Amino acid sequence: MSTDSTRKTVLVALGVCLVCSVLVSTAAVGLKSIQDSNKELDKLKNILSAGNIYKDGADVRQLFDENIKAGIMDLENGRPLSADQYTETLNPDIFDIKSMAKDPKFSHLLDAGKDIAQIKRISKYMVYYQVMEIDRITKIILPVYGKGLWSTMYGFVALDRDLTTVKGFTFYEHGETPGLGGEVDNPAWKASWIGKNIYDSAGQLKIEVIKEKVDPSDPAAIFQVDGLSGATITTRGVNALVRFWLSADGYGPFIEYLKSGGLQ
Amino acid sequence: MSKMKKILTTPIFNENPIAFQILGICSALAVTSKLETSIVMSLAVTFVLAFSNLSVSLIRKHIPSSIRIIVEMTIIASLVIIADQIIKAFAYNISKQLSVYVGLIITNCIIMGRAEAFALKNPPLASFIDGIGNGLGYTVILLTVGFFRELVGSGKLLGFQVLPIYTEGGWYVPNGLFLLPPSAFFLIGLIVWALRTWKPEQVQED
Repeated sequence: MSTDSTRKTVLVALGVCLVCSVLVSTAAVGLKSIQDSNKELDKLKNILSAGNIYKDGADVRQLFDENIKAGIMDLENGRPLSADQYTETLNPDIFDIKSMAKDPKFSHLLDAGKDIAQIKRISKYMVYYQVMEIDRITKIILPVYGKGLWSTMYGFVALDRDLTTVKGFTFYEHGETPGLGGEVDNPAWKASWIGKNIYDSAGQLKIEVIKEKVDPSDPAAIFQVDGLSGATITTRGVNALVRFWLSADGYGPFIEYLKSGGLQ
Repeated sequence: MSKMKKILTTPIFNENPIAFQILGICSALAVTSKLETSIVMSLAVTFVLAFSNLSVSLIRKHIPSSIRIIVEMTIIASLVIIADQIIKAFAYNISKQLSVYVGLIITNCIIMGRAEAFALKNPPLASFIDGIGNGLGYTVILLTVGFFRELVGSGKLLGFQVLPIYTEGGWYVPNGLFLLPPSAFFLIGLIVWALRTWKPEQVQED
């Protein structure tokens, strides 16, 4: 059979595809459990670094268990669930934001007008993390997510006990362009969030990621964060997701609950 | 045996894929801001190069000319995915830093170039060694560039502070330009210059 006959061409193509697909799927399936545990650890690490307690080289799991207490809140009334309300899926240790938001039992569609972060569905419950210092809550870490340019960006924002000052901000999963939108991972930019205020003294949502650089002499500077240059849509996405999650449609009720004495 | 040795060593200095053939510049600029990422990237490229050469060479007498390129691409793409999966499993932090560049090994001209220029015409063992040799050639340049960029750019090597930085009480003022991709361009240019001064036969007349 000549190498260039149609039959041979089809056979070679099929053979190569078959061998390659077996190899690729073996690698993907075989390594999935290790990759998933890496992702999980990376998420914990990001919670720790949002809370500003991550140390290089420390045992992430141990540091997490020592300093963080996780809980679940009902987004509608802002009340945390008590431990006896936890179920198999509704458990802070295994709470999966993505599958909860997809599950029709636990989520509902957002009105298009409210959905500024473009997440389409929102879960009825959400996980939160408290940074503990000898039985006293010092910070609250809240998951935030929303659409950037290419991807949904998942991150955490850490709030001080006063529930207004940002103590940390980080993304643990996104697919933005490296060097442009990917600069959301830039340590200097993440650090620029620290000390910003979410709400003004009247409780109005004021935090904003602006298009250009923040002018420090502007009285509004305390509510503003620099946009990322060359990444207009990612910047808009970050602005929208932060403003969505910290508004009355997101964690508003929970923050109200904490302010009215829910924070021991 | 000496023939095999020649196949292995020629691409390191005499016909270096980056410095002599000026291929694979894209990733050499992108991932060399630190020595650690340079090492992982070099290993990944060497792995893909060696096994793509081996696989293409094994089936070289059966590849129909009409689908030659696509068969090579399929093999290369599969190997790149496998390398990417392995890095994600065992070096998760580095995989985050390398981001898209591991996936982009598929488009690295060195790999396609060696498959076309060498593996299609030579037996499997020689092709495999040619892949390793070219991988080493790529590695030598990446490590050199990564070494200087991390040292000059942040005063560190493999993450350890070698030169004490002035913000932490030392004397060294890091040169931020070396953390940006253009610095790799200058460094590779200097390497090409040095190499061609040392081995004038590499100078190409136009």
